Amino acid sequence: MAMERDESRMIVAILAGDAQLFHELIRPYERRVYAMALSFLRNEADAEDAAQEAFLKAFRNLASFRGDAKFGTWLVSITLNEARSRIRRRDSIKMESLDEPEDEQGQSLPALLRDWKEIPSEVLERKEVRFLLQKAITALPLIYREVFRLRDVEELSVNETAQALGISISSVKVRLHRARMMLQKNLAPQLKQLAPKRRWLAWS
Amino acid sequence: MVIECKHVWEHISGYLDQTLPPDVLEQVQKHLEHCEICSAILDSTRNILILTADERVFELPLGFSKRLHARLAEEIRGMEH
Repeated sequence: MAMERDESRMIVAILAGDAQLFHELIRPYERRVYAMALSFLRNEADAEDAAQEAFLKAFRNLASFRGDAKFGTWLVSITLNEARSRIRRRDSIKMESLDEPEDEQGQSLPALLRDWKEIPSEVLERKEVRFLLQKAITALPLIYREVFRLRDVEELSVNETAQALGISISSVKVRLHRARMMLQKNLAPQLKQLAPKRRWLAWS
Repeated sequence: MVIECKHVWEHISGYLDQTLPPDVLEQVQKHLEHCEICSAILDSTRNILILTADERVFELPLGFSKRLHARLAEEIRGMEH
């Protein structure tokens, strides 16, 4: 059986001088931090650089980690900040809005497809589906992409997501719902095309 | 109380996350039983979340870990001097 990780004890030890232990502390989070950076920066080299920078910042600022959030959540918020500032720098011409769109409460019509009770396995296995999904997620406006990634990909709780993003719990819920509906609207018709054998009905 | 489709759509996320209050859940459930449109939308949304779960199986670029820890080691060395 693996030894249980006591992250707060590890952090205390690191701050007391056992800096090497930081290597161990971050190992379980490497994939998550990189995946998140990639999802925002859409480029492997930038994502790797941002991920490294996020870990270095976490190391340098470890003393300011208060322990009221989990270490993993804190790391996520550092990664988000790093990704955001890079997006601002990189896309300073075509800047993505970090503000809440005015129509956040607005309704957009979902796409309709019937008889999609289960995904046929042959469709699931297809690379196209993965590609479409990744494309659709990266096409989400930043504020929705952040929430969707944290909740539905990384499976952070509503509270952790709110903490990591510094937004309210109700904003997390509203944005997550909007993100899912946008993905549904965008993806359902495309996925329909990938499985033409099934009976589909188009919206309207 | 009978609710309309567009009200059901507002609750799809809550339904999937099982966070709807009991009275709303009951209304949504009833609506879904007879509304093919809404149940199709619910199913497709759920399926997208199932596909998303596959995204968790994510391969790090070759050498990512090695490069990261090398950079960290450098940082730690710098700090110690």
